Amino acid sequence: MALLEIKDLHADVDGKPILKGIDLVIEPGEVHAIMGPNGSGKSTLSYVLAGRGGYEVTGGSVTFDGKDLLEMEADERAVAGIFLAFQYPVELPGVGGMTFLKEALNARRKAAGEDEIDAMAFLKLVRAKAKTLEITDEMLKRAVNVGFSGGEKKRNEILQMAVLEPMLCVLDETDSGLDIDALKIVSDGVNALRAAGRSMLVITHYQRLLNHIVPDKVHVLAHGRIRRTGGKELALELEQKGYADFVEAA
Amino acid sequence: MSTDVTTLPLVTDPLDDGGPDWLVAQRRSAIARYRQIGLPGARTEAWKFTGLNALKALQPVAAEGPAPTVLPAALAELDRTEIRVANGRAESLPSSLPGGVEIVSLDDPATVPGWVRESLGSVSSIDSHPFAALNAAQFTGGVAIRIARGVMPEAPILLSMATSGGDGATAIAHPRVLVVVEEGASADLVTVHQGTGAYMANPVTEIIVGAGARLSHSVLQAEAAEAFHVAMTSVRLADKATYDGFVLATGARLARHEVRAELAGRHIDYRINGVYLGAGDQHHDLTTFIDHAQPHGASHEMVKGVLTGRSRGVFQGKILVRPNAQKTDGFQMNRALLLSRDAEVDSKPELEIYADDVKCSHGATVGELDDDQLFYLMARGIPKARARALLVEAYVLEAIALIARIPVREAFTVVAADWLSRHVAGAEE
Repeated sequence: MALLEIKDLHADVDGKPILKGIDLVIEPGEVHAIMGPNGSGKSTLSYVLAGRGGYEVTGGSVTFDGKDLLEMEADERAVAGIFLAFQYPVELPGVGGMTFLKEALNARRKAAGEDEIDAMAFLKLVRAKAKTLEITDEMLKRAVNVGFSGGEKKRNEILQMAVLEPMLCVLDETDSGLDIDALKIVSDGVNALRAAGRSMLVITHYQRLLNHIVPDKVHVLAHGRIRRTGGKELALELEQKGYADFVEAA
Repeated sequence: MSTDVTTLPLVTDPLDDGGPDWLVAQRRSAIARYRQIGLPGARTEAWKFTGLNALKALQPVAAEGPAPTVLPAALAELDRTEIRVANGRAESLPSSLPGGVEIVSLDDPATVPGWVRESLGSVSSIDSHPFAALNAAQFTGGVAIRIARGVMPEAPILLSMATSGGDGATAIAHPRVLVVVEEGASADLVTVHQGTGAYMANPVTEIIVGAGARLSHSVLQAEAAEAFHVAMTSVRLADKATYDGFVLATGARLARHEVRAELAGRHIDYRINGVYLGAGDQHHDLTTFIDHAQPHGASHEMVKGVLTGRSRGVFQGKILVRPNAQKTDGFQMNRALLLSRDAEVDSKPELEIYADDVKCSHGATVGELDDDQLFYLMARGIPKARARALLVEAYVLEAIALIARIPVREAFTVVAADWLSRHVAGAEE
């Protein structure tokens, strides 16, 4: 059974059609990349999958792990195993990083019928994951994303992903705003999470991220539809030729 | 001395029982003033957002006898020197006091020492404040606290002011408090207003902070749900004095909490921060006046409100910078978070500046919870109600963090978190 199956998905933002019939199937353990020019609907697709308000699905279906995803609230999707790494992680003044992680992890555990995590075990878990992402204790103590640089925010997203161990990771422009060193840390963090049961949907404008996170499949999204699907070599082709063919084709 | 109050406005003669000459004179002028100005009406500018019709309809009786003091658990754990004022009279004074701390009952004004006579009534203005005048005319007791020159008591002084509602009729209490912090002294005062049943509490607090002295004053207004709370705190500061005030208001059906400060010396550090939390049909009014009368004064005011249900919040903050008050540094910010469509807030900042070399900023924001923040929390699996609670808690705690004294800050944090757990998690959008 596919982990994610999107059929003929249509969605509007402010009454304007953005997604115009997306078909996509992701099997467990696969890494798919979606590339496309600005305004093609990449971020809209990620928000529709995560369940953000203001995105109206006007047609089609999304099945995640056998469940009708579109019937679920954002928090239900998250505890079911979907994780969206935000393009612009949100600052939460006054909400401590550790509190936030613990609330999120316990929500996931509760949904799985598990007890809340023991305080010491939690601290140990977070510290171990944070270390590989070069996130200091001092950063963990701060309010979520407040005063973080762009790179720190992205690393913090990957830390949350590592702690929550989702089934499907949706990475929305995770490479934007990263310098080469930060890109490597983030990519290594993502690659460390690659596993047989875990799928990824990597949304990016540029090919460079895909040098680090090598996809099984690459899709080109333009004007709200997937125009072409290929292997990782498709990304290299796009890097050379740009999106002009797809933009004009619409 | 007990006073029978049968109606509002004042109809009884509080001079029946006599009293020392100095007090009789004060009472006479307060009565005259009160009769002249009367209770504020809809056209009274200072009260235009806080209607008093429900209060004017009262047929009050004097609050009498004991009133149970029930401190929130977090405050009951505080290491403290505790004073209890009940139904407007000093119910219990601590049997032992730290050196240099003096606490005097005002229940029998004939016996009070000279320093009380000299200061009582010298800070609180009755000119345009009918309830302060009413208190001056009718107060039946309370306490005076003096921290002697240079003394710095370790534990906070906790002043509990309790009122108990009568059977049928609404009880009314007019407690009086005087705090004198002498030159170079430093103390922490926590005032808790609470009670049971239906009543009106009309406390007046006068505070004198001497040169180089410091008072941190954290107030918890947790009156009973059926109570009216009309409080006036007046502060006068001398050179290089510090007043670090905080008001957390959660109680009463109608509350008007007013804090006035006269920055009468140079290089004064004055802070008045606060949080009001409203639910149901509550009405919270926090009104402040800061009078920068001398140069080099700094004032800091951050007030945040959270309103659910049909509750209403009022913030009125006036800063006056007199011609002589050059190099004044004033900051004022008022924020309100509306968690329901029926909640309402009125914010009236007022800057009146007559000096030309000052730095004054003010701002006001009214809003709902941020959708992006809410979605971010939910996208991590946190249910909506919990996500809302986390965001509101963060919003409130940012203000409570301004309480410098850590045990007091922690106790107030628990009180606020408790309110939030009861009123925010299940609040309608």
